Parts: sequence; C-alpha cells; structure tokens
Amino acid sequence: MQEQKVITANQLTKVFGNFTAVDRISFEVDKGEIFGFLGANGAGKTTAMRMLCGLLLPSSGQATVAGFDVYRQNEQIKRNIGYMSQKFSLYEDLTVRENIRFYAGIYGLSDEQIKLKTKSLLGQLHLEKQEKTLVRDLPLGWKQKLAFSIAIVHDPAIVFLDEPTGGVDPLARKEFWGMIYETSAKGITIFVTTHYMDEAEYCNRVSIMVDGKIEALDSPARLMKTYGADSMDGVFLKLARKATRVGE
Amino acid sequence: MEHAIIVEHIEKNYRSKKTGVQALKDISFTVNAGEIFGLIGPDGAGKTSLFRILTTLLLADKGKASVDGFDVQDNYKEIRCRVGYMPGRFSLYPDLSVEENLEFFASIFNTTIQENYELIKDIYVQIEPFKKRKAGQLSGGMKQKLALCCALIHKPSVLFLDEPTTGVDAVSRKEFWEMLHRLKDQGITILVSTSYMDEAGLCDRVALIQKGELLTVNTPKGIIAEFKGPLWAVKAKEMFRLLDAISSDPQVESCYPFGQYHHVVFKVRGGEEGKLRQIFQAGHFNEVEVHPIEANIEDCFMSLMKD
Repeated sequence: MQEQKVITANQLTKVFGNFTAVDRISFEVDKGEIFGFLGANGAGKTTAMRMLCGLLLPSSGQATVAGFDVYRQNEQIKRNIGYMSQKFSLYEDLTVRENIRFYAGIYGLSDEQIKLKTKSLLGQLHLEKQEKTLVRDLPLGWKQKLAFSIAIVHDPAIVFLDEPTGGVDPLARKEFWGMIYETSAKGITIFVTTHYMDEAEYCNRVSIMVDGKIEALDSPARLMKTYGADSMDGVFLKLARKATRVGE
Repeated sequence: MEHAIIVEHIEKNYRSKKTGVQALKDISFTVNAGEIFGLIGPDGAGKTSLFRILTTLLLADKGKASVDGFDVQDNYKEIRCRVGYMPGRFSLYPDLSVEENLEFFASIFNTTIQENYELIKDIYVQIEPFKKRKAGQLSGGMKQKLALCCALIHKPSVLFLDEPTTGVDAVSRKEFWEMLHRLKDQGITILVSTSYMDEAGLCDRVALIQKGELLTVNTPKGIIAEFKGPLWAVKAKEMFRLLDAISSDPQVESCYPFGQYHHVVFKVRGGEEGKLRQIFQAGHFNEVEVHPIEANIEDCFMSLMKD
C-alpha cells in the first residue's frame, strides 16, 4: 500500500442479521486531505466510521487506516487516530489543564511531552488564564477548539470529526475551520461528517452515502457541476432523496 | 389583530453562585399575524429563555410581552390554551405509543384527533405506519414529526418551535420547512428558532440574536441589503496560507473561510481586485480565483457581531 494513502477501503461491508448497513464501499483518502463523509440519517455513516476507527469488525471487504488493517490491527488503529464529536469529547468536571493531561496520558505521551504539549496548546488557544477553569464553564466555541486540539494531541495520522460544529456562533465556526485548514496543512488527514451542507464545501473531496452505498465521491466543485446544483445542499438533496431506507 | 406577538423591553437574568448571567437584555420586537418569524443565533444567545417567557413558562425580570393579544403574565391561562410549543429537547412520553401521545395531548386540550385531523394530516400520514410504536423508539426525524403533530392538535393560533431542525439531516430539514410553509398558508403564526444561518432565507422576517441582544430585525433580503460591502470571494490552491496572507494585510477589514472560498472585506472601498491580486503575487499563490459576491446571512451576522 502507498504511504500517501491514509485510508483505503475496498468493498467494505457490514451486515447486521439480514440488514446490510454498509454495502461494499470503496474509497481512498490522501495524507493531509480534508475528506467529507456525508449521508442522511440511517445511510450507514456511523457504522462505516466505527469500522474505520477499529471499533467494529467488518463482515467482508478490506480496509486500512494509517497503514493498519481493520481486522488484525485495530488496537494500533485506535492509537494512531484522533476522534472528536459534538456529543462527547471532554470531561466537563475536569479543568482545561486536567483534560489535556488526561487525554495525553491515555495516548501514552511521556510526562515531558505532556508538559510541552500543555504549554504550547494553552498558548495556541490563548487559554493560559483559563487553565484552571472547569471545561463546563467555557463558552461552547472554546470547548470545541479545545476538544479538537486535544483530539490531535498525540499527532495522529488522521482525525475523525463527527458533526463537530453544531450550535456555535458563525465567528467561532470560522475560527474552527481555520484550525482544520492549519491541521491539514501540517499533513494530518481530516475525516469529517456534518449535517451542514455549507461545511461540506470546505472539504477537498466529499463522499455521499445513500442506503449503505457511496453514491458520489468528488470535489465539491465537480459534484455541483455533475449534478447541476449551485450548492452542496442541492447535490445532497438530489442524491439523498433517492433513499428508500427509512432513517431509524 | 395585526401583531400576534409583542415583546417590549424584556430582560431576564439568571443568578448562579459565582456570576450572574444576563440572558436577555432589553429585547423588543413584534411578530405579525400569519408570518414565519425566525429567531436566529448560536447556543447561549437567549433563544430558549425568550421562548419560555412567551409560552408563560418563565417570568421576565422586566418588560412586557403579549401573545395573541394576551399578556404573558396576567393572562397566562388564555395563552396556554391557544399556543402550540415544541421545545428543543424531545418532551413527549417515550413509554407511550405514537397514537397514545397524540390522543393524550388532544384530550388535555379538550379536543380529539378527528376534530383537527385536517391540520396534521400531511405530517401524521408519514408516521402513521408506526402508530403502535413507543415514541422513545422512533428515529430523530419521526420524533420531530410526532412532536409537531402534538403541538398542533388543538389548532393553535401561534406556534412556537425551539430549534426544531437541530441535528436533523438536510433532507428532513427541507421537508420540515415545507411543512411550516403549509401551516403558514392555513393562517398559523410561527415563531421558530435556529442556529442554522441558512434557514433565515426561509422566514418572512428574522431577528438575529447574540448574547442576549438583538443585532437586527428585518426581512432576510433587508438584512443582506444592509451589509457594508463590497464583499469578495477568493480561492487558491493553498487555502490556509491564503487565509493567513489576506488576514494579516493591514488593508483588510475581515477575511473568513466560507467553504470553497474565503470572503474578504477591505477597510477602504474601491480597487479591491487590484489589492487582492497584489497579495496573490507577493505570496506566489497558484490557481487563484477572485470575484465579487453578494453577502449571505452568515456574513451579515458576523459583521453585526463586531459592531
């Protein structure tokens, strides 16, 4: 496998009983790419993502993440990826500093590395004065930036962002995307799911899942051209409305 | 009646141990009968506090408000009979079936499903195949449809929808807005809140709200017309480096990433394209593209946030 491919999936499939949640999906994601993974509720995104994160064994097909095999090397995968979701990321009853220390420790950073990382991270986020603040008392926009920084505290090959930016003000959202661009420029791959179709337009390439299959995969500009739409919202609606599955 | 909702100088403070929070600061606006009015702002802007005050579930510290001609404090019972309220958090009975929930809300309001079936028919037929299922076991989109049916079953004159589309996928969102427009056609006034800026365009008028303050109240077109432009869209191969280069130019007022483009406003009007070309040249950017564009609601919101 090539070194520049951070994800390779070939005919990846997951069957639950007689229900095929993910149906032979094949795609590759490059190093440093911002890859959007879209689909309506129930299309199979979460199941696919759980397989790629090493949390769920596929029924058939092949996949590697950060060079590791999803069947045999799922523990190595977990160590080499970052994960952040809107629903759960940080411990609200720990301080900013404690959250950094906790996650850095979990990812096996040495005490020396943790010290350095804590300092640089607090500096980058301008949170030096809030290091002893409980995370629950931070504004939502700051929480999201902190959660993202912590998700990549161990310099993973790839970070999975599961609907990361709901509910924040537009300025905080822009700053968050600025951080994503910066991270991708450093060579860390970004794999992001979102319900905001305008956010899909930030991605280098976007895949759209319908009923367990990848129905479209291309750059936002080319998708808009192919489907004759003037926004990703238009592209998504054209594809997702073909779905026959009920979102459960 | 011309105004379905009148809000005058409403204030609300919450006191916690350490600090007080001013949730609503001197809020005033009116909603016309029969319009879809959007309250648009991020989490923590004060949207839910305002909804609770207007649905008589919370008392304001200062100011006055009325719904359908009734004062929220003195005539709260009348208001409760005539409004429908769909809170942000799913608040139906998870251990009752779809049908039982709807029957329950109908009987609370002394009516029956049959009596107002016409109003909910379009929405209810979509969940009817699952009417024996417990509400707690429905998917997000179906829960939302059931909640809307329950909020409508007594034929309210004013409908309050607190973030009905949060976490809902783009297809369901679109369908939901189509439902709202059909309800509007039946004469129901709708106050709806959202943190999705792109939904502003689906409302007749909107109020942009941030940290307890109204930034502006206008039609979506009116808000866009007020934007202090001109606004330029730029792109290049290296988007992050471009963002950095433009943001650090002293002539630039603001530069934010917007999907495939960055949106740029200069401090002084005129000659924008030339100034941008200079930045491209100095930074040796490739595959550049630059053109003027019309602002969207998000551009306007950010510009108003800074004022």
